[in-house]
Amino acid sequence: MQPIIDLDNLSVTLGKRPILKNLQVQLTGRAIGLLGPNGAGKTTLIHTLLGFYPINQGSARIFGEDIRVAVKKIRSLIGYMPERDSFIAGMSCVNFVKMMGELSGLPTNVALERAHEALFFVGLGEARYRSIDTYSLGMKQLAKLAQAIVHGPKLLILDEPTNGLDPPTRQRMLKLIRDIRDTNQVNILLSSHLLRDVEESCEEILILKDGRVAVYCDLEAERKSNRKFLEMETVGNNLAFAESVAELGCEYALVGEKRIKVILQDGVEVAHLYKAAERHQLQIRRLNFKRDSLEDIFLKAMEEK
Amino acid sequence: MAVFEQKYQPYVGETTPSWTRFLILPRYAYQEIFQSRLFLALFVASFVYPLGSMLVVYLHHNAAALEMLRLPLTQVIPIDLDFFYYFVVVQSTFGFFLTMLIGPPLVAQDVSNNGLALYLCRPFSRFDYVLGKMLTLLILLSLITWVPGMLLFFLQTYLEGIVWFVENIRIAGAILLGSWIWIIVLALISQAISAWVKWRIAATGALLGIFFIPNAIAAVIKEIFETPWMYIFSTRSLMRTIWADLFNHTIRAELPIWSAWTALIVIAAICCFLLFKKIKAYEIIS
Repeated sequence: MQPIIDLDNLSVTLGKRPILKNLQVQLTGRAIGLLGPNGAGKTTLIHTLLGFYPINQGSARIFGEDIRVAVKKIRSLIGYMPERDSFIAGMSCVNFVKMMGELSGLPTNVALERAHEALFFVGLGEARYRSIDTYSLGMKQLAKLAQAIVHGPKLLILDEPTNGLDPPTRQRMLKLIRDIRDTNQVNILLSSHLLRDVEESCEEILILKDGRVAVYCDLEAERKSNRKFLEMETVGNNLAFAESVAELGCEYALVGEKRIKVILQDGVEVAHLYKAAERHQLQIRRLNFKRDSLEDIFLKAMEEK
Repeated sequence: MAVFEQKYQPYVGETTPSWTRFLILPRYAYQEIFQSRLFLALFVASFVYPLGSMLVVYLHHNAAALEMLRLPLTQVIPIDLDFFYYFVVVQSTFGFFLTMLIGPPLVAQDVSNNGLALYLCRPFSRFDYVLGKMLTLLILLSLITWVPGMLLFFLQTYLEGIVWFVENIRIAGAILLGSWIWIIVLALISQAISAWVKWRIAATGALLGIFFIPNAIAAVIKEIFETPWMYIFSTRSLMRTIWADLFNHTIRAELPIWSAWTALIVIAAICCFLLFKKIKAYEIIS
């Protein structure tokens, strides 16, 4: 499968400061979350992919096209929602989105039609004739999303799309992103420092740390790989039960008097644990398959050198 | 897709040629510009002098009307190089005031609202952007300078005959060249100011200052030190020198013609440099 974004030893220096350092990764997912602490290089990577910043070393390809060779072609395939408050003043929202569509190459009549559609899609249908200067922050974010999708891009780059949104508008934005993702017509690269947003809308994550790739993984595969990690809350002789668990070949860790964590080995099922508990007259009050949350993955990546 | 379906839909239709996209910017700019009553009033007023000039040309060739009005028009206002020279000077002055109204916010609005990234993340280059914004001014200023100037010239040719056309072809060239130089200089300076000065009033003030203050300073320095070379910084003087040369007009030029051309080229180059320095999606702070 052709990668959506292929970074080959990519390095970018702004001024005299190296921001991206030898990034080597191939992103293939439908919705990729771009994570990292402040200053990790997320926005710089996005701007480099859009051809705003020059590449010092290595290369970056989007849909197989080198951004240094075919930047115009690549930009025609991309929809970009910037992080900062960005709009064209003195225009109605429908005119703004229509103009952006035309600049992306849509004929005037098609741009007008799609501007209306995009604004209805993001939920600004009723307010589309209002001047964009009068919009609230949440409405401006939605208008930015509308201008990013008006020309039907193949790759949608969203830079902090939920910045400054109240909880209902944030949920709405995330739902829109999921809806767009689930059409399977567009790939999404979503940059955010809100782990929850990424967890709710992305399938893969790329974590940058200090300008380098810290983690690139498939969230679902990562979760599946941790399905054999069990956490139990018990009442009874925990120590004897733990010994039985060890006899089954499983690793365990006692957490206080009433908790035990177990890593199930191949061939060992939960039923075996219940039998062992029965033997020691131990009650299992709660049993959880502990998953690595995105937060765990992120914190682990930040701790690693 | 109908609006009620409300779902994301990719676009698979035809796209417009990329070289035509800079024309989109003036189209949208005019929608806003023509909503200003002040602009409309000035724009309409800028056609008064061309209409008056056309009337003069017409009366020159209408003996009955001249007889009736008892005006020695042919002696008072002859249709010659000077007639067209003053036409260009007056219309260029109107052009300056129109530029003062519409030039300063053209780029400044996009810079102050972080709009440049929205333009430049599309298949639309910085050059397309500058060209599109410039075109907004170039079209409007053309409508009040060389277009009526050439109409006037052709009206005179029509009424006077082909011999006058052949003898005075230089006038057509002078109208075209003189107007275009002024339009380009005005558009470049106003765009460069607009890119660097976000506040509209300050940008308008800067535009006024660039055209008037160096002239005043040059006059003072000439009085004190008896050197005309400070006029090299006065765009107005430079243009007057070039217009006078093009129309063979008998004003006392402050500067040699070569220095006026050189200075204008340098000014245009500086404006281009300033524009391309500022027109970026995001600034890199070293």
